[in-house]
Amino acid sequence: MDRGAEKSGHSPSPSPKVEMRGIVKRFPGVLANDNVDFTIYEGEVHALLGENGAGKTTLMNILYGIYTPDSGTIRVRGVPVKLRSPRDAIKLGIGMVHQDFRLIEAHTVVENVFLNHRELGFVPNWRSLESRLEELASNYGWKLNPRARVGGLSPGEKQQVELLKLLVRGADILLLDEPTSVLTPIETRMLFKTMRRMVEDGKSVVLITHKLSEALSVSDRITVMRRGRVVLTRPTSEVTIEELSIAMVGTQIEGVVSRARGEQGEKEPILKISNLSVMGDSGVLAVRDVNLTVYRGEILCIAGVSGNGQVELVEAITGLRKPLRGKIILNGLDIAGASPRRLFELGLSYIPPEGKKWGIVPELSIYENVALRVIRRQPYSRLGMIKWESIIKTAQRVVTEFRVDASSVKARAGSLSGGNVQRLILGRELTTSNPLLLVAAYPTKGLDIAATEQVKRILLGLRDEKVGILMVSEDLDEVLELSDRIAVMYGGRIVGVIKRSEASAEVLGSMMSRGVPVSAAA
Amino acid sequence: MTFEAFSIAEAILASAISAGTIYLIASVGECFTERAGVINLGLEGIMAMGAITSFLVTLAYGHLVAILSAALIGGLLGLLHAFLTVSLRLNQIAVGLAITWLGLGLSGFMGAPEVARDLLRALNPNVPSHLAELKQAPRLPDLRLGPLAETPIIGRAFFSQNVLVYAGVALAILLWFVLFKTKWGLSLRSVGENPALADSAGVNIYLVRYLAVMVGSALAGVAGAYLYIGYQPFWVEDLTRSRGFIALSLVILASWSPLRAIAAAYLFGGVEALQFRIPLRGFGAETPQLVMMLPYVITILTLIAISLASRGRIPAPAALGKPYSREE
Repeated sequence: MDRGAEKSGHSPSPSPKVEMRGIVKRFPGVLANDNVDFTIYEGEVHALLGENGAGKTTLMNILYGIYTPDSGTIRVRGVPVKLRSPRDAIKLGIGMVHQDFRLIEAHTVVENVFLNHRELGFVPNWRSLESRLEELASNYGWKLNPRARVGGLSPGEKQQVELLKLLVRGADILLLDEPTSVLTPIETRMLFKTMRRMVEDGKSVVLITHKLSEALSVSDRITVMRRGRVVLTRPTSEVTIEELSIAMVGTQIEGVVSRARGEQGEKEPILKISNLSVMGDSGVLAVRDVNLTVYRGEILCIAGVSGNGQVELVEAITGLRKPLRGKIILNGLDIAGASPRRLFELGLSYIPPEGKKWGIVPELSIYENVALRVIRRQPYSRLGMIKWESIIKTAQRVVTEFRVDASSVKARAGSLSGGNVQRLILGRELTTSNPLLLVAAYPTKGLDIAATEQVKRILLGLRDEKVGILMVSEDLDEVLELSDRIAVMYGGRIVGVIKRSEASAEVLGSMMSRGVPVSAAA
Repeated sequence: MTFEAFSIAEAILASAISAGTIYLIASVGECFTERAGVINLGLEGIMAMGAITSFLVTLAYGHLVAILSAALIGGLLGLLHAFLTVSLRLNQIAVGLAITWLGLGLSGFMGAPEVARDLLRALNPNVPSHLAELKQAPRLPDLRLGPLAETPIIGRAFFSQNVLVYAGVALAILLWFVLFKTKWGLSLRSVGENPALADSAGVNIYLVRYLAVMVGSALAGVAGAYLYIGYQPFWVEDLTRSRGFIALSLVILASWSPLRAIAAAYLFGGVEALQFRIPLRGFGAETPQLVMMLPYVITILTLIAISLASRGRIPAPAALGKPYSREE
């Protein structure tokens, strides 16, 4: 990493822009910020590093006026301030870009940026506002059409719109909450360039992240939080990756060790896909002529940058999207176009991406969510009448065996954290059936390290029980850790299938980014 | 073309514009309301209240006061709607329907001969109160726009109508301008798309929604007044005949644009004009019910066509029908 070269290296000016001292914030049952000190200087990228739930976002929400701290003081440019709402923060030049974009998709870029802007006349001169935006955007090397509807923009462009909203309101302290989580690697690089450009102009940027490599590659200083406390604050040039990882999780992260089973004797195919093509939402082929086989007792990982047809492939296999042509053979039976319920009965279980959105009904209780899969079967129902006792019993088993942290099975499923939702979905799928094939789409995305490890163990356990597992992941480390074989998807095609033993991050990385088949890449 | 064909075309066009104006005024107002994220199913009842108000007040004080009173009554019913749906966050469908039944019932009661007579006496004791029992009020006079009114075929339709017909078009243009060209309009549309975001940008959600509902309702009241004093100045119960609901569906046909609402409203005015012409040609003379169905059948057909054309993705304001509360 050539971080010395791209960073300015000048020492931060002695007077801090923001000083947060002794910040305490308590939520019911959680001490989210425990006596936190945090300082932001002019012209620095300050990485705020920590796992999910470490208290990073809470701290920044306090600085942005969304939460009021229980105690502690905040000074902005030396002046003590009370921040009651984001409007107060914006007046002081503090702006925040949240993880989920807060934009109006039906409106244009310029309308989004200047909504209720104080310089807006009663009949705004849109033309001049548009050229002002174009100028600002080109300053950062962005190609953004001010008249485009936001709904049609890529995540990277939407983020630029969010930044523009802050910039036209004169923000010079920018808080970015996990800004790379929705970006492609190329967009991420571009964002980092933007961040460096901003600090050159004297602005300050806080990068909230849980990714070590990001913090190291773009920041001037790093603060690590764990369990609501600051455990380390140091200039980036004076800290090593080992120190950071110890600070983050409390133990050393080892290099990626494969947990593959190793060579098996006879191989029994459970899923055979041939010449499968699937249409995407926009009316272009998202999956092109895919051939793929999953065997019993293996984890086949589909690696690739998201948006290369993985979701559409998974949806075709799980019956959520009608394939255009081709065959999908599950255990000897062509299931192309079969309904999700029929597939479940045939032994296919599915862990959807974004479990909280697609895997549960948040308004229903835990046991009702468990019921959804089994409601038509004895002993859970008879003659159309649901037998709640047996469902509650099963739900209790799911909660204990899969360690879903809930006060009771009657709790609302939507009140669970991401890791608990994922364990609930896994538990439901595995307790209520004996799957032959498990399709898992991004099963650990957004989970903290402990929850991720639990999900991984469950998947490995299933593999040992001879279940075939087809898993989609963007996280190369995870792919390398869990897979027996790896299929790389690019542009809707499988560009190569390799054994875990043949894989390295370099080979996979080049296949994922350029679609070069393995023979050419090696 | 023969002279007869000319004069028929002229008459149909003229009555299309004059019937279309009922829809125009109501649906332009509803476009405005819905752009702020509130759907007002009370249009029908508010129109009925506007009509009965205009009937009584015209007799008492003349046309201008009648139109203003109808707007006021509409605005007050809008205030009630907004209080229930915006402040108390009640279901907009339920509240709207309740206001429709309230308006229909109350206007029917107010129009009953004895009640109308007493109301008229209370409004203006100097007017002979038995006038109310005749159920008739003077019609709004037509304004002939000079020589333009003599233009063949279109002259009568576009340049020789009463003041509310012209006002309808002017309102559509005005509200379109406010919605799409001004700072207020941007704020209002943002409230209809994403109230939480508009709130954090400093827009006063409650004020915007109250005003949007009240403006839309006031216009529905004016549409009712026009229906009576500008279109059919003889009071019968159920004068509105579901025109409020048709105006609601025209908002979809116009895809929430007041300018497109002009075309949509006149199109339906044409359907209504034909509905009275067809029996004259012999068809359906004995079974007028069949022909009277026409506007409703066309409404359903156009809604199906819109849905098919937009592949099920009708570009409604994203927060339409959803109450907003700040604490998530």
